This record gives sequence, C-alpha cells and structure tokens, in this order.
Amino acid sequence: MNNRLQTYLNTPIEAAPLAVFRILFGALMLGSILRFWAYGWIDKLYIEPQWHFTYFGFEWVKPLGIYTYGLFVICGLSAFLVMLGWRYRFSIFLFFLSFTYIELMDKTTYLNHYYFISVLSLLMIFLPAGDYFSWDALRRKKSDLGGWVPRWSILSIQILLGIVYFYAGLAKLNSDWLLQAMPLKIWLPSKFDIPFLGAFMGQEWVHYAFSWGGALYDLSIPFLLWWKPSRKWAFVLVVVFHVLTRVLFPIGMFPYIMIFSALIFFEASFHTKILNKINQFLQLPKAFVSLDHPAVKPKRDGKLYLVGLLLLVQLLLPWRYLLYPGELFWTEEGYRFSWRVMLMEKSGYAQFKIVNGQTGKRFYVDNSDFLTPFQEKQMSFQPDFILEYAHMLRDHFAAQGHQNIEIYVESSVALNGRLSQPLIDPRVDLAKEVESFRHKTWILPFNDAIQGL
Amino acid sequence: MKKIIAILLGGIVFGCSTPDNSTETDSGLENVNFDRTAMLTHWADNIILPGYSDLLGQLEALEGATNSFINNPDDAKLSALRTQWVGAYETWQKVSMFEIGPAETRNFRSQMNIYPVDRDLIQSNILSGDSNLALPSNRVAKGFPAVDYMLFGLAENKQTILSQYTGTAGAPYRAYLSSLVADMKTLSSQIKQDWENGYRDTFVSNDGSSATASVDRFVNDFIYYYEKHLRAGKMGIPAGVFSGDVLLQNIEGRFHGRISKQMFLSGLQATQDFFNGKSYASQSQGPSLAAYLDALNVVKDGVDLSAIINSQINTARSEVQGIDTFVGALQQDPPVTFLEAYDEVQRVVPLMKVDMVSALSITIDFVDADGD
Repeated sequence: MNNRLQTYLNTPIEAAPLAVFRILFGALMLGSILRFWAYGWIDKLYIEPQWHFTYFGFEWVKPLGIYTYGLFVICGLSAFLVMLGWRYRFSIFLFFLSFTYIELMDKTTYLNHYYFISVLSLLMIFLPAGDYFSWDALRRKKSDLGGWVPRWSILSIQILLGIVYFYAGLAKLNSDWLLQAMPLKIWLPSKFDIPFLGAFMGQEWVHYAFSWGGALYDLSIPFLLWWKPSRKWAFVLVVVFHVLTRVLFPIGMFPYIMIFSALIFFEASFHTKILNKINQFLQLPKAFVSLDHPAVKPKRDGKLYLVGLLLLVQLLLPWRYLLYPGELFWTEEGYRFSWRVMLMEKSGYAQFKIVNGQTGKRFYVDNSDFLTPFQEKQMSFQPDFILEYAHMLRDHFAAQGHQNIEIYVESSVALNGRLSQPLIDPRVDLAKEVESFRHKTWILPFNDAIQGL
Repeated sequence: MKKIIAILLGGIVFGCSTPDNSTETDSGLENVNFDRTAMLTHWADNIILPGYSDLLGQLEALEGATNSFINNPDDAKLSALRTQWVGAYETWQKVSMFEIGPAETRNFRSQMNIYPVDRDLIQSNILSGDSNLALPSNRVAKGFPAVDYMLFGLAENKQTILSQYTGTAGAPYRAYLSSLVADMKTLSSQIKQDWENGYRDTFVSNDGSSATASVDRFVNDFIYYYEKHLRAGKMGIPAGVFSGDVLLQNIEGRFHGRISKQMFLSGLQATQDFFNGKSYASQSQGPSLAAYLDALNVVKDGVDLSAIINSQINTARSEVQGIDTFVGALQQDPPVTFLEAYDEVQRVVPLMKVDMVSALSITIDFVDADGD
C-alpha cells in the first residue's frame, strides 16, 4: 500500500461518530432481539419445526431445542453490552457469534438484512468502537479517554453501507424491474389500504416511478451521503425511502437500522452533540466527551488489512453468480449474500414422489407432515431447499424401513408474474444428487429471458 | 442537529403508526383497481349466507324425514330418508369450503364430514345410549358419514337394515340416528346464526391486505379446501396417492357406494362457482377472484389467468365425469383411469396456489421478509 494512502487511512479523526454508531447499533440489536422474542418467533421458527434447512457447509448448526432461548439471551445481552461499551471487543465478538449462529440455524428465515448485521458485526470486531464514550473508557485512567480513531475505522462502515446500497441498485438494473415494473406491479396494488398513499398504489405509473426511483436511490445514495453539500437532503431521502418501505413491506427492523446507520456519514460535531446530551442525562463528568487531549497518531495496525480483505470479499461475492449458467432469478445459484433485496415475486409448489425403484410402488408426500407453511413456501421455489428436503425425506423413509428409495419432484414455479412452469426435472432422482457449489444440472431452463445484471 | 432529529422522529412516528399486522382500513380511500369490500359483501350475502340457509333447510328436511322414519320405520320411509340424506350431503359439499369465522371456531367440517367413520365406536355409542356427540373423540362417529353408515352400512341389504330399527330392539338405533341428525342441524343453525349476528359484518369490514384480512385468509382457506379436502380427501387418499395403496374404505359415502363421484363434482362445481363469483341461488355473477385477477390484468402467455384456471377446472371435471363410479374405477389395478382424472384435478392446485396467490399478492403468514 502506498504511503499517501496509508497516511490518509491512518489520519486520526474524532471518534464520536463511531461511538454513536456503537450505541445505536447495540440498542437496535437489543430491540430486534426483544421484538423477535415478543412475536413468539423463536418458538415458531426454531423450536416448532421438526426439520430445519441448513446452509451448505454449516449443516452442524442446528437449533438447540429449548436452549435456543438461551442463545437469544446471550445475543440480546451482548448487544446491550456493546451499547454500553463494556469489554467491547469481547461483547461484539460474542454478539457476532451468537447472531450468526442464529441466522445459520435455518435458511428458511434468510434475509439480506440479517446477513448485513452479521457482516457489520464481524467488521466491528476490528474497529476501536469501544475506546471512546464507553464503560471501558470510564474504567481507564482519566488521561486516556480515547477520542481519536484512525480514519479507516469509520470509512470502513461507510464503505460497507455504500456496497449494500450500490449493489442493491445494480441488482435492480434488469428488464423485469425497469421495463415491466416487476415485481412492484404485483406488490403495490395489494397495498391499497395504507394511509394516504393507498389510492395511488394501483396505478401503473406509480409502479414505474417506484421501480426507477428505487434503483436510482440505491445507486446514488452512498455518494449523496458522502458529499457534504448534498448530505442533509440525502438523509431526508434515506428517511423517506425507508419509512416508505417500512409501510409497504413487512421488512421488520431493517428500515430503522439503515436510517440510523446512515448517521455515520455526518461530521463529528453532530455526533459530539448527541454524546453531550447523553452525557448530561447520565450526569457523567464533562471531561468524558471533551477532546482537550491532543490527537494521538494511531499505530500502524494489521487490522486495517483484515478490514480491507473483508470489504474486498464483499465487493466480489455478489458477482459469483456469473460463474453459473442459466438465469440467476430462476436457479438462484449465487443469489443470496448479494444484496438482492425485494427483487422478485417468486412462488412455487413442489410435490415429492417417493418411488420404490424395484417394485415401482409410489406415493406422494404431504409436505405439511414435515414442514411449517413458511418452510414449505420457501422450499418450493429454491433448488437447494428442494434437494435438501428430498434428502431429509429419503433418510426419513429409509429409517421407516422403505427400500430402494427414489425421490422425484413435480414442481411449478412462477416468477415475476409469468405463468408457472416446472423448475426441477421431474425425471431426476434427487435421492442420488449431492449438494455442492457446482451448477445443478437438474434445474430446468427458464422459458424466458431477463436482460441485465 | 435539531432538523435531523425532527426528520428522524417524524419518519419513525409515521412508520410506527402503521401496524405490523394491519387490519385497519379506515383511510376513507377507495381502491382504484378493485373493490375488495364489494367482493367480500358479495361472498357473504350472496354465496355464504344463502349456502348456509340452504344447508339448514336441507337438514331440517332431513330431520323431518328422520322423525317420520323412526316413528314408523318402513321401506318407503327409509327410501325417502336416504334420498333426503343424499340431497343434504350434496348441499354440504357447496358450503364445506367456507371454513372461516364461526365454522372455523366450531370445527364445522370436522364435525360434519370426517370419513372413514369408526364403526366400532358408533356401535358402542348406540349401545351405551348416552354418548356425547360434542366430544372431539366422537367426530369419527357422527356427521354425514355416520348417517351413511346408519342408513346403508348396518347390514348387507335394505331389509335387514330396516329390521335393525324396528321394535323395542330398534330403539337405540332410532335414538342414535335421531341424535346424529339433530346434532348436524343444531351445529348448522349455530353457524348460520353466528354469521347473521355479527360475523358477517366482521368479515366484510376486515377488507384490508394482510395475513389476517378476510380476503387473504379466505383465499388461503379456499385453496386449502381444494387441495386437502376436494383433491386429497375425495380422490387422492382413496386412490393411494399418499400411501401407495388403494384405500377403498376411505372413499366418501362408502356405505352408499355410488355417490362419491357426485359429491366430488358438487364440491368442484362449488369451488368453480365461488372462483367466478356466481351467486348461490341464481345464475348472476358478482365480484370474484376471477374478476379480481382480470382487474389486475393478469395475463399469462396471452391468456387471462382466470380463463386458464377455469379451463383446467373444466378439464378436471370432464375427466372425472368420464369415470363410471369411484369404487369401480378404484378396483382397477392399478387404477389408471382414476389416477389420470386425479392428475387433472391436481393441475388446478399450482395454478391457484402459485399463479393466483402470487398475482393477488396474498399474504400467507406474518413474518419479516425482503422478498427473496
């Protein structure tokens, strides 16, 4: 790395934005966990279902029965400690582990914003976010209150946010989104009952306006937030955009997380005011927020390279879909972990036929015997779910004493308003196929073409 | 900073004021595409309520026929009672799909039409003479299938069945038959009253768009009925689609033996009529799922989705009509004709469950999702 870049990245800047970010992050995560718990989703999503869909390579991550609640306690508690800044590095590490474990337990619940939280908390392990305005700082000597952090520590969060938005925008540059206004053309009319805007939701120009507006917003907002003259208006846009998505779609805490995260783009003076308010409220010594002590030039830190690597992976991972043949929206090979958010209306129906390969005797499976409605819904249009389910069925019926088990699936999937068509080759015995990162040859070709990224 | 906080607060208050699970719709705005309230009103007033009235009328007639039979059991009265039972059963097929609200709370379908029945339990209930039909354990010993057994299954032929009801020895049989019919009538009349006294308005006014709104819930129930009760219950399960073996004893109306097809076709016609919004008692049509799809302009490969669904239901119907009797077709080994007809019935399921649900953007369950 050349010297000028090194110097730029390591310039000491005020730590207030990072401290505010840590506090808000901890508080929002605690809120998310409590909300999840209060809705009864721990039981519904992780304890009730008999079977769980795992991530390739993480098959060993399973719900812990009744102890799953303990996992959520740890996760919520560590979020709270992150907010306080109590043994920050330990707390954020614990949060990252527990949160990621929860997300890996069942991919039925996969959401891009959960993945975002995992990546962000991983990043935060390497940031000095607990050095200033934290419990840890209080415990240290008065002379070392922190207050200065290397520029890269704040920059890295801004870049990660920028990647999320920009890639979400890139993903919208396809013919379905821009030329057909799909899937908004399907989703918006059903929102006729929201206040004020409901009456417009059925009109076609609104669907196009939202599609183009959304794409434009995602692509430009990182830059508008970065550039000082546009920052305030960009933030207004952030609030309007996310509140709209909150009103229109069931996306939980995500809008709030994004709104508060965007504050990281504001100058330190703004954050110092917030910290002063909190300081006054908690009646802490005034010196706790003041920056009387001089800026300390940060030591060269290997963490910078780790953070750089993490961001590089984020930049590359969404492009892995290019390594697979076929239409991405159809095969979903390389679809997850790529900030493809609210991008398609896809639903399916899958009937599994269990055949005795020797006698030819056959029967169909009633999916509701094994899966919850939510699991069945997610399983029925995603090939990796279908394969894993076929394997679970194979093992289940083998344990019951069935012989020569062959498993075939008759599937029907509709994508962005097209007539449903079969997704999986009904002549392929899924009991014999293996999961891997290779292309799944038994996915039938998509009857149409979607142009674009 | 004050400005930023003001923006934040304003946004969050607006965001939070929209409930997660919106059931409120008092925005005072009309939907520009399609009037869901009008559809719900049509469903309630012109399809569901007339359906329940018709069922209650049929069950009252059944009660009349039962009373005159048990007062003086003879061959002619048994025949009349049997005919009335078939009539009431066929009417049942037209309302079975409305398992929402009072019907759902009272488990109407499970109380009226669980088959196969438990013959031993029925026999022991007859002998004990004081069985409580409200008990969930007795659901396999009551409803239309239990009456089927009482009228057609007690013995090999009609004369022997008749003899079971006569004389002092016949008293427990007469009593049980009477209590079965009374139970069905009481239940149906309760459901109808619940609809009339409150639920109709609840149903119609819950015209929002969420997992708990009437349209979303009803469409889920409607598809569930088609998939589980019409397709699987009346055809798939007896044909061994889910078990690998033909289960002749699981056929609907097995003791009568020749009405399974007729019952299936009534149910199929009722689902198609409902889809097209045909009024229960007349040929007039009102706002419907088909009309809703048309209003949303759902065109697939150049054809309206509503037309695709109707044409598949028509194909299914003509295939099933081609079967002589279900029992006969199932005795074929393997039951090829029957399974071919089943496949056509099956083909409606993805059209409704995938294409229709997706086009209407029906909410299946309330969980966070970002649509991927």
